Amino acid sequence: MNTQNTRVSLLDATQTNLFSAKAWSGIGIVVLFFALLPVLNLAFPAGHALHVSAFAIALIGKFICYAMAALALDLVWGYAGILSLGHGLFFALGGYACGMYLMRVGKPSPEIVPDFMTFLSWKTYPWFWSFTEHFWYAMLLVVLVPGLLAFIFGYFAFRSRIKGVYFSIITQALTFAAMLLFFRNETGFGGNNGFTDFKTILGFDITSPQTRAFLYWASLSALLLALIVGRAITQSKLGRVLTAIRDSESRLRFLGYEPLGFKLFIWTVSAVICGIAGALYVPQVGIINPGEMSTENSIEMVIWVATGGRGTLIGPIIGAGAINGLKTWFTSVVPEFWLYALGLIFVLVTLFLPQGIVGLVRKLGQRTKGQA
Amino acid sequence: MSTINHAQLEQATQSNGPGGSASYGRVKTPGVDTTHGAILYLESISVIFDGFKALNDLSLDIGVGELRCIIGPNGAGKTTMMDVITGKTKPTSGTAFFGQNIDLTKMQESEIADAGIGRKFQRPTVFENHTVFENLELAMKMNKHVKPTLFARLNSYQLDKIADTLELLRLTEEYKRPAGLLSHGQKQWLEIGMLLMQEPLLLLLDEPVAGMTDAETERTGELLNDLRGKHSLVVVEHDMDFVNQIAQGGKVTVLCEGSVLAEGTMQQVQADQRVIEVYLGR
Repeated sequence: MNTQNTRVSLLDATQTNLFSAKAWSGIGIVVLFFALLPVLNLAFPAGHALHVSAFAIALIGKFICYAMAALALDLVWGYAGILSLGHGLFFALGGYACGMYLMRVGKPSPEIVPDFMTFLSWKTYPWFWSFTEHFWYAMLLVVLVPGLLAFIFGYFAFRSRIKGVYFSIITQALTFAAMLLFFRNETGFGGNNGFTDFKTILGFDITSPQTRAFLYWASLSALLLALIVGRAITQSKLGRVLTAIRDSESRLRFLGYEPLGFKLFIWTVSAVICGIAGALYVPQVGIINPGEMSTENSIEMVIWVATGGRGTLIGPIIGAGAINGLKTWFTSVVPEFWLYALGLIFVLVTLFLPQGIVGLVRKLGQRTKGQA
Repeated sequence: MSTINHAQLEQATQSNGPGGSASYGRVKTPGVDTTHGAILYLESISVIFDGFKALNDLSLDIGVGELRCIIGPNGAGKTTMMDVITGKTKPTSGTAFFGQNIDLTKMQESEIADAGIGRKFQRPTVFENHTVFENLELAMKMNKHVKPTLFARLNSYQLDKIADTLELLRLTEEYKRPAGLLSHGQKQWLEIGMLLMQEPLLLLLDEPVAGMTDAETERTGELLNDLRGKHSLVVVEHDMDFVNQIAQGGKVTVLCEGSVLAEGTMQQVQADQRVIEVYLGR
């Protein structure tokens, strides 16, 4: 092989498309399918064969937000090897930021304080509620609050070279501490009831099927965008640095990379995506309370990612859908067995499907190719 | 997070005087002042772990373009010395300078690597899930901060460099394979190749032929001889035949119990009574 040939083929090795043509068309078909569901809900009356129930739309809209959170977790866990057991916190913070806006615009005047503040005999909104009646400011908070918290927490944790289970335990403690803080009425976020009883969003009735369809589409677009951004990051050289951090961090240091910046970058991006997912989740489910910060929620997210397949981006989306689909079925038929089932799934996946659903599909694909 | 502060940079560019010719025609990286002909100075370095003296008042200097072999029995402090130079371990006392002007004891591992010191570990440590090509790409000398890395695209000069290195390592056919699937010897070569991509001024090699077959050992010797003069090299090795092959009349340093026991050509060292004692038992 002469040098010229080598160079051409090397060039080939570096030309990494975002997705292959086949993957693009697959994603296109799936997105189109899910985008059509609200249309079927709006266009056909209940009882028609093609009608999709409002319940199904709300459920799938919720799953899409979960999928986005799972994708965010995969960016840090699957690629950089940072296992977070506290991503529920970022999800909830995004949700609370959005909830603050929804609470204020639902009132006849945004200056009227909600009941939980009246009970505390607060006559006006405290400083941290300032400007939250403006949609764009609230959206800014959705990005900034989880992002800043992740950045500051990550800076100190990564700078101290806290790794592995120690890091995971600290993230778990962080979300638990935040949950206790938000449970307090005096914190000013409605205590254990949180925020609910939302009326309007951007002047539209939040319960109307049309608004719900728009929220659903917004979530779907956000998920697609997060997938593309995540893919662009992981396909770049920075993505290869992240996987190198996961596999051998000290080796990377001796190549002249300081892992701190790279970890901090992906950790913050992940928290922001998770926060946006939470913000889209709240108007669709109509409630946000500190329960979202419970440790179980964060651990469940990890199971979604593990089930779907770590380090694949698509896998966690599938995993979030599959596990939550099962959860919906279980909790309506045999609710008391759900946690056992979840634990069993996690054990089985860890034992038999270390690469998750995506890994299984790949393996089957290779096998059929081998036989052909 | 600049690796070399501004004052140091300025000092280095000003000091490009006649003395700079000691660098054997290699383009100098700005920042390292080697005007006195030495690339590395270790002065009375001591490292104490819980009362145990891993290094005991060790002094050593390596010339520009020199290939220095370091031998010594187990526990002599060879690896600890590498750790001090690359910033993994901070010395309890003493100074370590890279050129005249860069104080290694005050720097992070990544900063030291960026300043031009490359290190090969005892066990081959390549990124096993990355392809051979990606391993070399990651190692390549370029801005290694977050933003430039995110938007990095290889230009044709860089591709040529990777192609040349692949050829030198005889890994051209394997460039798409995950590094984890390479043979032990190939991994060692790949790691040496990664060091070359870093374009370091000083290369530290910790037992580069450990666990290699005879043919692989010979090939590694050829590789290292190829690098002689282009880089300053420090080779830590147990294998005496191999040291004989590469030392070629250059200096050999014998470490024992954390300090220098003897220094000289291979013949001188082998004739030294104390060295014989340490190696053949007391």
